[in-house]
Amino acid sequence: MKYLLAMYLNPDVMAKLSEQDMDAIMTGHQEFIRTIRESGEMISTQALGAVADSSVVRVRGGLPAVTDGPFLESKEFLAGYYLVECASKERAVELAAMIPDAAVEGLGIEVREVVFFADAETEVPMA
Amino acid sequence: MTGVAEVLRPLVPQVLGALVRRYGQFDACEDAVADALLAASEQWPAEGVPDNPRGWLITVATRRLTDHWRSESARRRREESVTLREPPPVAPGPGEDQAPDSDDTLSLLFLCCHPAVSPPSQVALTLRAVGGLTTAEIARAFLVPEATMTRRITRAKESIAAAGSTFSEPSAADFPERLRVVLQVLYLIFNEGYTATSGQDLQRLELTAEAIRLARAVHALLPGDGEVTGLLALMLLTEARRDARIGDRGELVPLPEQDRGRWDAALIDEGEGLIDAVVGRTALGPYQVQAAIAALHDRAPSAEATDWPQIVELYELLRTFMPGPVVTLNQAVAVAQVAGPDQALALLDTVDADLDVGRRADAVRAHLLELRGDRAAARDHYLRAAERTPSLPERRYLVERAGRLVPEEDGARP
Repeated sequence: MKYLLAMYLNPDVMAKLSEQDMDAIMTGHQEFIRTIRESGEMISTQALGAVADSSVVRVRGGLPAVTDGPFLESKEFLAGYYLVECASKERAVELAAMIPDAAVEGLGIEVREVVFFADAETEVPMA
Repeated sequence: MTGVAEVLRPLVPQVLGALVRRYGQFDACEDAVADALLAASEQWPAEGVPDNPRGWLITVATRRLTDHWRSESARRRREESVTLREPPPVAPGPGEDQAPDSDDTLSLLFLCCHPAVSPPSQVALTLRAVGGLTTAEIARAFLVPEATMTRRITRAKESIAAAGSTFSEPSAADFPERLRVVLQVLYLIFNEGYTATSGQDLQRLELTAEAIRLARAVHALLPGDGEVTGLLALMLLTEARRDARIGDRGELVPLPEQDRGRWDAALIDEGEGLIDAVVGRTALGPYQVQAAIAALHDRAPSAEATDWPQIVELYELLRTFMPGPVVTLNQAVAVAQVAGPDQALALLDTVDADLDVGRRADAVRAHLLELRGDRAAARDHYLRAAERTPSLPERRYLVERAGRLVPEEDGARP
Protein backbone atom coordinates (compact mmCIF):
# COMPACT_ATOMS: atom_id res chain seq x y z
CA MET A 1 0.00 0.00 0.00
CA LYS A 2 1.24 3.45 -0.86
CA TYR A 3 0.86 6.40 1.47
CA LEU A 4 1.54 10.09 1.09
CA LEU A 5 3.14 11.57 4.20
CA ALA A 6 2.36 15.25 3.65
CA MET A 7 4.42 17.78 5.59
CA TYR A 8 2.66 20.96 6.61
CA LEU A 9 4.74 23.97 7.54
CA ASN A 10 3.70 27.07 9.34
CA PRO A 11 6.00 29.93 8.26
CA ASP A 12 5.50 31.65 11.64
CA VAL A 13 6.64 28.50 13.46
CA MET A 14 9.61 28.10 11.13
CA ALA A 15 10.65 31.73 11.66
CA LYS A 16 10.91 31.12 15.40
CA LEU A 17 13.19 28.07 15.10
CA SER A 18 16.85 28.52 15.96
CA GLU A 19 19.67 27.69 13.59
CA GLN A 20 20.32 24.65 15.76
CA ASP A 21 16.70 23.45 15.49
CA MET A 22 16.79 23.83 11.69
CA ASP A 23 20.04 21.87 11.50
CA ALA A 24 18.54 19.12 13.62
CA ILE A 25 15.53 18.95 11.30
CA MET A 26 17.71 18.74 8.19
CA THR A 27 19.88 16.03 9.73
CA GLY A 28 16.73 14.21 10.79
CA HIS A 29 15.43 14.23 7.23
CA GLN A 30 18.71 12.85 5.89
CA GLU A 31 18.61 10.10 8.49
CA PHE A 32 14.95 9.33 7.70
CA ILE A 33 15.66 9.18 3.96
CA ARG A 34 18.56 6.79 4.58
CA THR A 35 16.39 4.57 6.77
CA ILE A 36 13.45 4.22 4.40
CA ARG A 37 15.66 3.84 1.34
CA GLU A 38 17.39 0.95 3.00
CA SER A 39 14.13 -0.63 4.19
CA GLY A 40 12.76 -0.36 0.65
CA GLU A 41 9.78 1.72 1.76
CA MET A 42 10.82 4.94 0.02
CA ILE A 43 9.33 5.72 -3.38
CA SER A 44 10.11 9.44 -3.58
CA THR A 45 10.16 12.69 -1.69
CA GLN A 46 9.81 16.32 -2.76
CA ALA A 47 10.21 19.62 -1.00
CA LEU A 48 8.19 22.51 -2.40
CA GLY A 49 9.23 26.15 -2.85
CA ALA A 50 7.89 28.98 -0.74
CA VAL A 51 4.15 29.43 -0.84
CA ALA A 52 4.67 33.15 -1.46
CA ASP A 53 5.95 32.24 -4.94
CA SER A 54 2.99 30.05 -5.79
CA SER A 55 0.34 30.81 -8.41
CA VAL A 56 -3.16 29.49 -8.84
CA VAL A 57 -4.43 28.90 -12.34
CA ARG A 58 -8.13 28.87 -13.18
CA VAL A 59 -9.50 28.49 -16.68
CA ARG A 60 -12.70 30.43 -17.04
CA GLY A 61 -14.63 30.71 -20.31
CA GLY A 62 -11.70 29.04 -22.04
CA LEU A 63 -9.24 31.69 -20.79
CA PRO A 64 -6.62 30.99 -18.15
CA ALA A 65 -6.59 33.42 -15.24
CA VAL A 66 -3.52 33.37 -13.02
CA THR A 67 -3.51 34.75 -9.49
CA ASP A 68 -0.54 34.97 -7.15
CA GLY A 69 -0.43 33.28 -3.79
CA PRO A 70 -1.76 30.10 -2.32
CA PHE A 71 -5.04 28.43 -3.20
CA LEU A 72 -6.34 28.69 0.34
CA GLU A 73 -5.75 31.30 3.00
CA SER A 74 -4.24 29.31 5.83
CA LYS A 75 -1.59 29.33 8.53
CA GLU A 76 -0.10 26.01 7.37
CA PHE A 77 0.91 25.13 3.84
CA LEU A 78 1.96 21.95 2.15
CA ALA A 79 5.74 22.12 2.07
CA GLY A 80 6.59 18.71 0.74
CA TYR A 81 5.87 15.04 0.99
CA TYR A 82 7.26 11.55 1.24
CA LEU A 83 5.64 8.91 -0.94
CA VAL A 84 6.18 5.52 0.70
CA GLU A 85 5.10 1.94 0.18
CA CYS A 86 4.67 -0.06 3.34
CA ALA A 87 2.78 -2.94 4.91
CA SER A 88 -0.05 -1.12 6.65
CA LYS A 89 -1.57 2.15 7.78
CA GLU A 90 0.01 1.48 11.19
CA ARG A 91 3.44 1.32 9.61
CA ALA A 92 2.76 4.51 7.63
CA VAL A 93 1.90 6.27 10.88
CA GLU A 94 5.08 4.86 12.42
CA LEU A 95 7.08 6.28 9.50
CA ALA A 96 5.36 9.66 9.77
CA ALA A 97 6.36 9.82 13.42
CA MET A 98 10.01 9.38 12.38
CA ILE A 99 9.94 12.60 10.32
CA PRO A 100 11.57 15.32 12.44
CA ASP A 101 8.86 17.90 11.66
CA ALA A 102 6.36 15.69 13.48
CA ALA A 103 8.08 16.55 16.77
CA VAL A 104 7.94 20.33 16.25
CA GLU A 105 5.18 22.14 18.14
CA GLY A 106 2.76 23.64 15.60
CA LEU A 107 3.71 21.26 12.74
CA GLY A 108 2.37 17.86 11.78
CA ILE A 109 2.44 15.15 9.16
CA GLU A 110 -0.72 14.12 7.35
CA VAL A 111 -0.92 10.44 6.37
CA ARG A 112 -3.08 9.78 3.32
CA GLU A 113 -3.57 6.52 1.46
CA VAL A 114 -2.80 6.63 -2.26
CA VAL A 115 -5.77 5.24 -4.19
CA PHE A 116 -4.43 5.73 -7.70
CA PHE A 117 -0.84 5.85 -8.84
CA ALA A 118 0.90 6.32 -12.16
CA ASP A 119 4.39 7.36 -13.16
CA ALA A 120 6.55 7.42 -16.26
CA GLU A 121 7.07 3.63 -16.08
CA THR A 122 3.56 2.53 -15.15
CA GLU A 123 1.07 1.67 -17.88
CA VAL A 124 -2.25 3.32 -17.15
CA PRO A 125 -5.17 1.20 -18.34
CA MET A 126 -7.34 3.36 -20.55
CA ALA A 127 -11.05 2.97 -20.00
CA MET B 1 9.12 -30.24 -4.80
CA THR B 2 10.19 -32.28 -7.79
CA GLY B 3 13.43 -34.25 -7.80
CA VAL B 4 15.10 -31.68 -10.01
CA ALA B 5 14.13 -28.80 -7.74
CA GLU B 6 15.62 -30.66 -4.77
CA VAL B 7 18.89 -31.10 -6.63
CA LEU B 8 18.90 -27.47 -7.77
CA ARG B 9 18.13 -25.65 -4.58
CA PRO B 10 21.28 -26.34 -2.55
CA LEU B 11 23.36 -25.65 -5.67
CA VAL B 12 22.09 -22.08 -6.06
CA PRO B 13 24.37 -20.42 -3.50
CA GLN B 14 27.34 -22.51 -4.63
CA VAL B 15 26.88 -21.57 -8.29
CA LEU B 16 26.14 -17.92 -7.52
CA GLY B 17 29.07 -17.84 -5.12
CA ALA B 18 31.41 -19.33 -7.72
CA LEU B 19 30.38 -16.73 -10.30
CA VAL B 20 30.49 -13.71 -7.99
CA ARG B 21 33.86 -14.82 -6.65
CA ARG B 22 35.20 -14.96 -10.20
CA TYR B 23 33.51 -11.98 -11.83
CA GLY B 24 32.08 -9.71 -9.15
CA GLN B 25 28.89 -7.95 -10.34
CA PHE B 26 26.34 -9.53 -8.03
CA ASP B 27 23.32 -8.50 -10.11
CA ALA B 28 24.57 -9.74 -13.47
CA CYS B 29 25.68 -13.02 -11.88
CA GLU B 30 22.29 -13.48 -10.25
CA ASP B 31 20.54 -13.02 -13.60
CA ALA B 32 22.91 -15.50 -15.24
CA VAL B 33 22.31 -18.09 -12.50
CA ALA B 34 18.57 -17.62 -12.87
CA ASP B 35 18.92 -18.32 -16.60
CA ALA B 36 20.98 -21.43 -15.89
CA LEU B 37 18.40 -22.69 -13.40
CA LEU B 38 15.67 -22.19 -15.95
CA ALA B 39 17.67 -24.12 -18.54
CA ALA B 40 18.23 -26.92 -16.01
CA SER B 41 14.57 -27.16 -15.06
CA GLU B 42 13.69 -27.41 -18.76
CA GLN B 43 16.37 -29.91 -19.77
CA TRP B 44 17.03 -32.15 -16.80
CA PRO B 45 13.59 -33.72 -16.40
CA ALA B 46 13.81 -34.93 -20.01
CA GLU B 47 17.54 -35.63 -20.33
CA GLY B 48 18.32 -36.64 -16.75
CA VAL B 49 20.42 -34.85 -14.15
CA PRO B 50 24.03 -34.47 -15.34
CA ASP B 51 26.84 -36.22 -13.44
CA ASN B 52 28.18 -32.93 -12.18
CA PRO B 53 25.10 -30.72 -11.85
CA ARG B 54 27.06 -27.92 -10.19
CA GLY B 55 29.66 -27.81 -12.97
CA TRP B 56 26.88 -27.89 -15.56
CA LEU B 57 25.15 -24.90 -13.94
CA ILE B 58 28.38 -22.92 -13.57
CA THR B 59 29.22 -23.52 -17.23
CA VAL B 60 25.79 -22.48 -18.48
CA ALA B 61 25.62 -19.47 -16.17
CA THR B 62 29.11 -18.35 -17.21
CA ARG B 63 28.14 -18.59 -20.88
CA ARG B 64 25.08 -16.46 -20.20
CA LEU B 65 27.23 -13.96 -18.37
CA THR B 66 29.77 -13.69 -21.19
CA ASP B 67 26.97 -13.44 -23.76
CA HIS B 68 25.50 -10.63 -21.71
CA TRP B 69 28.88 -8.87 -21.54
CA ARG B 70 29.51 -9.30 -25.25
CA SER B 71 26.20 -7.72 -26.14
CA GLU B 72 26.85 -5.02 -23.56
CA SER B 73 30.28 -4.25 -24.93
CA ALA B 74 28.99 -4.35 -28.52
CA ARG B 75 26.35 -1.87 -27.50
CA ARG B 76 28.94 0.29 -25.83
CA ARG B 77 31.22 0.15 -28.84
CA ARG B 78 28.32 1.32 -30.93
CA GLU B 79 27.97 4.16 -28.51
CA GLU B 80 31.68 4.87 -28.93
CA SER B 81 32.31 4.58 -25.27
CA VAL B 82 35.11 2.74 -23.57
CA THR B 83 35.05 -0.94 -24.36
CA LEU B 84 34.44 -3.16 -21.41
CA ARG B 85 37.44 -5.17 -20.45
CA GLU B 86 37.12 -8.53 -22.13
CA PRO B 87 35.62 -11.01 -19.76
CA PRO B 88 37.97 -13.67 -18.44
CA PRO B 89 38.02 -16.93 -20.38
CA VAL B 90 35.02 -19.14 -19.93
CA ALA B 91 35.12 -21.31 -16.82
CA PRO B 92 36.33 -24.88 -17.01
CA GLY B 93 33.75 -27.36 -18.23
CA PRO B 94 31.75 -29.71 -16.03
CA GLY B 95 33.96 -31.85 -13.87
CA GLU B 96 37.02 -29.66 -14.35
CA ASP B 97 36.08 -27.13 -11.74
CA GLN B 98 38.17 -27.75 -8.67
CA ALA B 99 37.04 -24.94 -6.37
CA PRO B 100 35.53 -26.40 -3.22
CA ASP B 101 31.85 -25.46 -3.25
CA SER B 102 31.80 -24.93 0.49
CA ASP B 103 33.94 -21.80 0.26
CA ASP B 104 31.53 -20.29 -2.20
CA THR B 105 28.52 -20.68 0.08
CA LEU B 106 30.38 -19.23 3.04
CA SER B 107 31.81 -16.37 0.97
CA LEU B 108 28.34 -15.58 -0.28
CA LEU B 109 27.04 -15.54 3.30
CA PHE B 110 29.83 -13.17 4.30
CA LEU B 111 28.96 -10.94 1.38
CA CYS B 112 25.22 -10.90 2.18
CA CYS B 113 25.91 -10.18 5.84
CA HIS B 114 28.14 -7.25 4.98
CA PRO B 115 28.41 -4.65 7.74
CA ALA B 116 27.52 -1.89 5.24
CA VAL B 117 23.85 -2.90 5.36
CA SER B 118 21.36 -3.00 8.21
CA PRO B 119 20.28 -6.32 9.75
CA PRO B 120 16.85 -6.43 8.02
CA SER B 121 18.57 -6.01 4.66
CA GLN B 122 21.20 -8.62 5.53
CA VAL B 123 18.39 -11.03 6.33
CA ALA B 124 16.58 -10.30 3.07
CA LEU B 125 19.71 -10.61 0.95
CA THR B 126 20.76 -13.84 2.67
CA LEU B 127 17.38 -15.46 2.06
CA ARG B 128 17.44 -14.29 -1.56
CA ALA B 129 21.00 -15.18 -2.53
CA VAL B 130 21.90 -18.04 -0.22
CA GLY B 131 18.47 -19.42 0.60
CA GLY B 132 17.26 -19.11 -2.96
CA LEU B 133 13.85 -17.79 -1.87
CA THR B 134 12.03 -15.54 -4.29
CA THR B 135 11.55 -11.89 -3.42
CA ALA B 136 7.81 -12.57 -3.23
CA GLU B 137 8.36 -15.35 -0.67
CA ILE B 138 10.60 -13.15 1.46
CA ALA B 139 8.12 -10.28 1.26
CA ARG B 140 5.34 -12.64 2.38
CA ALA B 141 7.42 -13.98 5.25
CA PHE B 142 8.10 -10.48 6.56
CA LEU B 143 4.65 -9.11 5.68
CA VAL B 144 5.85 -6.26 3.53
CA PRO B 145 4.78 -5.41 -0.03
CA GLU B 146 6.82 -7.19 -2.69
CA ALA B 147 7.87 -3.88 -4.23
CA THR B 148 9.26 -2.83 -0.87
CA MET B 149 11.27 -6.03 -0.54
CA THR B 150 12.56 -5.67 -4.12
CA ARG B 151 13.79 -2.18 -3.33
CA ARG B 152 15.27 -3.32 -0.02
CA ILE B 153 17.30 -6.07 -1.68
CA THR B 154 18.40 -3.78 -4.50
CA ARG B 155 19.53 -1.15 -2.02
CA ALA B 156 21.44 -3.74 -0.01
CA LYS B 157 23.33 -4.81 -3.14
CA GLU B 158 24.06 -1.17 -3.97
CA SER B 159 25.36 -0.52 -0.45
CA ILE B 160 27.67 -3.51 -0.65
CA ALA B 161 28.93 -2.41 -4.07
CA ALA B 162 29.38 1.15 -2.79
CA ALA B 163 31.38 -0.14 0.16
CA GLY B 164 33.77 -1.49 -2.48
CA SER B 165 33.49 -4.92 -1.03
CA THR B 166 35.27 -7.56 -2.98
CA PHE B 167 34.12 -11.11 -2.93
CA SER B 168 37.01 -12.37 -0.91
CA GLU B 169 37.38 -14.15 2.37
CA PRO B 170 37.53 -11.77 5.30
CA SER B 171 41.03 -11.50 6.74
CA ALA B 172 41.90 -13.67 9.71
CA ALA B 173 41.46 -10.60 11.91
CA ASP B 174 37.99 -9.84 10.50
CA PHE B 175 36.79 -13.42 10.35
CA PRO B 176 35.34 -13.80 13.87
CA GLU B 177 33.40 -10.54 13.66
CA ARG B 178 32.06 -11.32 10.17
CA LEU B 179 31.07 -14.81 11.31
CA ARG B 180 29.30 -13.29 14.32
CA VAL B 181 27.18 -11.19 11.95
CA VAL B 182 26.36 -14.24 9.80
CA LEU B 183 25.22 -16.16 12.88
CA GLN B 184 23.20 -13.16 14.05
CA VAL B 185 21.43 -13.04 10.68
CA LEU B 186 20.61 -16.78 10.78
CA TYR B 187 19.39 -16.34 14.35
CA LEU B 188 17.15 -13.46 13.26
CA ILE B 189 15.69 -15.54 10.43
CA PHE B 190 14.95 -18.39 12.83
CA ASN B 191 13.42 -16.09 15.42
CA GLU B 192 11.22 -14.36 12.88
CA GLY B 193 9.91 -17.76 11.84
CA TYR B 194 9.54 -19.05 15.38
CA THR B 195 7.76 -16.14 17.00
CA ALA B 196 6.26 -14.48 13.96
CA THR B 197 6.50 -10.98 15.33
CA SER B 198 3.31 -9.82 13.69
CA GLY B 199 0.30 -11.07 11.84
CA GLN B 200 -2.07 -13.99 12.01
CA ASP B 201 0.20 -17.01 12.28
CA LEU B 202 2.23 -17.75 15.33
CA GLN B 203 5.01 -19.48 13.46
CA ARG B 204 6.22 -19.24 9.90
CA LEU B 205 7.59 -22.68 9.32
CA GLU B 206 9.37 -21.89 6.07
CA LEU B 207 11.61 -19.42 7.84
CA THR B 208 12.60 -21.76 10.67
CA ALA B 209 13.26 -24.54 8.16
CA GLU B 210 15.32 -22.15 6.04
CA ALA B 211 17.32 -20.92 9.04
CA ILE B 212 18.07 -24.51 10.07
CA ARG B 213 19.09 -25.41 6.53
CA LEU B 214 21.51 -22.48 6.38
CA ALA B 215 22.85 -23.16 9.88
CA ARG B 216 23.49 -26.77 8.87
CA ALA B 217 25.41 -25.54 5.83
CA VAL B 218 27.61 -23.25 7.94
CA HIS B 219 28.11 -26.00 10.53
CA ALA B 220 29.18 -28.43 7.81
CA LEU B 221 31.89 -25.91 6.85
CA LEU B 222 32.99 -25.04 10.39
CA PRO B 223 32.15 -28.13 12.45
CA GLY B 224 34.71 -27.28 15.14
CA ASP B 225 33.36 -23.80 15.85
CA GLY B 226 31.59 -23.74 19.22
CA GLU B 227 29.21 -20.90 18.47
CA VAL B 228 28.22 -22.23 15.03
CA THR B 229 27.49 -25.58 16.66
CA GLY B 230 25.69 -23.85 19.53
CA LEU B 231 23.45 -21.92 17.16
CA LEU B 232 22.49 -25.03 15.19
CA ALA B 233 21.82 -26.91 18.45
CA LEU B 234 19.73 -24.03 19.78
CA MET B 235 17.61 -24.03 16.61
CA LEU B 236 17.09 -27.81 16.70
CA LEU B 237 16.27 -27.89 20.42
CA THR B 238 13.77 -25.06 19.94
CA GLU B 239 12.27 -26.47 16.76
CA ALA B 240 11.75 -29.77 18.62
CA ARG B 241 8.98 -28.14 20.69
CA ARG B 242 7.30 -26.61 17.68
CA ASP B 243 4.20 -28.79 17.39
CA ALA B 244 3.46 -28.60 21.11
CA ARG B 245 3.57 -24.78 21.12
CA ILE B 246 0.36 -24.49 19.15
CA GLY B 247 -2.97 -25.61 20.54
CA ASP B 248 -5.94 -26.96 18.60
CA ARG B 249 -7.31 -23.47 18.03
CA GLY B 250 -3.99 -22.06 16.86
CA GLU B 251 -3.33 -20.57 20.29
CA LEU B 252 0.03 -20.28 22.01
CA VAL B 253 0.77 -22.97 24.59
CA PRO B 254 3.46 -21.88 27.09
CA LEU B 255 6.31 -24.24 27.89
CA PRO B 256 5.08 -25.53 31.30
CA GLU B 257 1.71 -26.49 29.79
CA GLN B 258 3.03 -28.19 26.67
CA ASP B 259 2.42 -31.89 26.04
CA ARG B 260 6.01 -33.13 26.16
CA GLY B 261 5.00 -36.27 24.30
CA ARG B 262 4.64 -34.10 21.22
CA TRP B 263 8.24 -32.90 21.31
CA ASP B 264 10.43 -34.22 18.54
CA ALA B 265 12.81 -36.72 20.17
CA ALA B 266 15.06 -37.02 17.12
CA LEU B 267 15.68 -33.26 16.99
CA ILE B 268 16.30 -33.19 20.75
CA ASP B 269 18.85 -36.00 20.46
CA GLU B 270 20.62 -34.28 17.59
CA GLY B 271 20.66 -30.89 19.33
CA GLU B 272 21.94 -32.38 22.58
CA GLY B 273 24.61 -34.35 20.76
CA LEU B 274 25.85 -31.18 19.07
CA ILE B 275 25.96 -29.07 22.21
CA ASP B 276 27.53 -31.82 24.34
CA ALA B 277 30.26 -32.20 21.75
CA VAL B 278 31.43 -28.57 21.97
CA VAL B 279 30.69 -27.19 25.43
CA GLY B 280 33.92 -26.97 27.40
CA ARG B 281 36.04 -27.82 24.37
CA THR B 282 36.00 -24.44 22.64
CA ALA B 283 35.48 -20.84 23.67
CA LEU B 284 32.08 -20.51 25.28
CA GLY B 285 29.61 -18.04 23.76
CA PRO B 286 25.98 -16.94 23.92
CA TYR B 287 24.60 -19.50 21.45
CA GLN B 288 26.14 -22.42 23.35
CA VAL B 289 24.71 -21.11 26.63
CA GLN B 290 21.24 -20.66 25.11
CA ALA B 291 21.44 -24.15 23.60
CA ALA B 292 22.40 -25.55 27.02
CA ILE B 293 19.33 -23.88 28.55
CA ALA B 294 17.10 -25.25 25.77
CA ALA B 295 18.59 -28.71 26.32
CA LEU B 296 17.74 -28.59 30.05
CA HIS B 297 14.13 -27.77 29.18
CA ASP B 298 13.96 -30.47 26.52
CA ARG B 299 15.47 -33.07 28.82
CA ALA B 300 13.10 -32.43 31.73
CA PRO B 301 10.17 -34.84 32.10
CA SER B 302 7.96 -32.00 33.41
CA ALA B 303 8.08 -28.30 34.24
CA GLU B 304 8.43 -29.13 37.95
CA ALA B 305 11.25 -31.60 37.35
CA THR B 306 13.27 -29.06 35.32
CA ASP B 307 16.72 -28.19 36.66
CA TRP B 308 15.73 -24.59 37.40
CA PRO B 309 18.76 -23.75 39.61
CA GLN B 310 21.06 -24.72 36.74
CA ILE B 311 18.97 -22.63 34.32
CA VAL B 312 19.25 -19.60 36.62
CA GLU B 313 23.03 -20.10 36.67
CA LEU B 314 23.16 -20.34 32.89
CA TYR B 315 21.15 -17.14 32.52
CA GLU B 316 23.60 -15.46 34.88
CA LEU B 317 26.37 -16.59 32.54
CA LEU B 318 24.38 -15.52 29.47
CA ARG B 319 24.05 -12.01 30.93
CA THR B 320 27.82 -11.65 30.80
CA PHE B 321 27.71 -12.36 27.05
CA MET B 322 24.47 -10.58 26.22
CA PRO B 323 23.64 -8.01 28.85
CA GLY B 324 20.16 -6.75 28.13
CA PRO B 325 16.57 -6.75 29.24
CA VAL B 326 15.46 -9.80 27.25
CA VAL B 327 17.86 -12.12 29.07
CA THR B 328 16.88 -10.63 32.42
CA LEU B 329 13.18 -11.24 31.65
CA ASN B 330 13.82 -14.90 30.91
CA GLN B 331 16.00 -15.20 33.97
CA ALA B 332 13.22 -13.75 36.13
CA VAL B 333 10.90 -16.59 35.09
CA ALA B 334 13.52 -19.14 36.12
CA VAL B 335 14.25 -17.31 39.40
CA ALA B 336 10.54 -17.50 40.26
CA GLN B 337 10.76 -21.31 40.01
CA VAL B 338 13.78 -21.43 42.33
CA ALA B 339 13.27 -18.61 44.81
CA GLY B 340 9.65 -17.55 44.42
CA PRO B 341 7.88 -14.64 42.72
CA ASP B 342 9.07 -11.89 45.08
CA GLN B 343 12.72 -12.36 44.20
CA ALA B 344 11.80 -12.64 40.53
CA LEU B 345 9.81 -9.38 40.70
CA ALA B 346 12.78 -7.68 42.36
CA LEU B 347 14.94 -8.80 39.43
CA LEU B 348 12.29 -7.60 36.99
CA ASP B 349 12.34 -4.16 38.62
CA THR B 350 15.91 -3.76 37.37
CA VAL B 351 14.66 -3.89 33.77
CA ASP B 352 13.98 -0.52 32.23
CA ALA B 353 10.58 -1.21 30.67
CA ASP B 354 11.34 0.64 27.47
CA LEU B 355 9.28 0.07 24.34
CA ASP B 356 11.27 -2.75 22.83
CA VAL B 357 10.69 -5.16 25.66
CA GLY B 358 7.69 -3.43 27.18
CA ARG B 359 5.14 -6.06 26.26
CA ARG B 360 7.42 -8.94 27.22
CA ALA B 361 8.09 -7.22 30.54
CA ASP B 362 4.34 -6.78 31.11
CA ALA B 363 3.65 -10.42 30.28
CA VAL B 364 6.41 -11.69 32.59
CA ARG B 365 5.33 -9.35 35.38
CA ALA B 366 1.74 -10.53 34.98
CA HIS B 367 2.89 -14.15 35.25
CA LEU B 368 4.92 -13.41 38.41
CA LEU B 369 2.09 -11.42 40.01
CA GLU B 370 -0.25 -14.33 39.27
CA LEU B 371 2.18 -16.73 40.97
CA ARG B 372 2.16 -14.41 43.98
CA GLY B 373 -1.64 -14.47 44.03
CA ASP B 374 -1.96 -10.79 43.13
CA ARG B 375 -4.83 -11.40 40.71
CA ALA B 376 -6.03 -7.88 39.95
CA ALA B 377 -2.54 -6.53 39.20
CA ALA B 378 -1.69 -9.64 37.17
CA ARG B 379 -4.84 -9.15 35.11
CA ASP B 380 -3.94 -5.51 34.39
CA HIS B 381 -0.47 -6.47 33.19
CA TYR B 382 -1.77 -9.29 30.97
CA LEU B 383 -4.15 -6.85 29.31
CA ARG B 384 -1.44 -4.21 28.94
CA ALA B 385 0.83 -6.74 27.26
CA ALA B 386 -2.06 -7.84 25.01
CA GLU B 387 -2.62 -4.26 23.87
CA ARG B 388 1.03 -3.89 22.95
CA THR B 389 1.64 -7.04 20.92
CA PRO B 390 1.24 -7.04 17.14
CA SER B 391 0.93 -10.85 17.08
CA LEU B 392 -2.70 -12.01 17.09
CA PRO B 393 -2.13 -15.49 18.63
CA GLU B 394 -0.04 -13.92 21.37
CA ARG B 395 -2.78 -11.38 22.00
CA ARG B 396 -5.43 -14.11 22.24
CA TYR B 397 -3.28 -15.98 24.73
CA LEU B 398 -2.72 -12.91 26.92
CA VAL B 399 -6.39 -11.91 26.89
CA GLU B 400 -7.32 -15.47 27.80
CA ARG B 401 -4.87 -15.42 30.74
CA ALA B 402 -6.39 -12.14 31.87
CA GLY B 403 -9.86 -13.66 31.53
CA ARG B 404 -8.96 -16.36 34.07
CA LEU B 405 -8.25 -13.65 36.61
CA VAL B 406 -11.61 -11.89 36.63
CA PRO B 407 -12.15 -10.91 40.27
CA GLU B 408 -14.34 -13.62 41.81
CA GLU B 409 -16.40 -11.38 44.12
CA ASP B 410 -17.91 -9.28 41.33
CA GLY B 411 -18.89 -12.03 38.93
CA ALA B 412 -20.87 -10.90 35.90
CA ARG B 413 -24.60 -10.59 36.51
CA PRO B 414 -26.84 -12.16 33.88
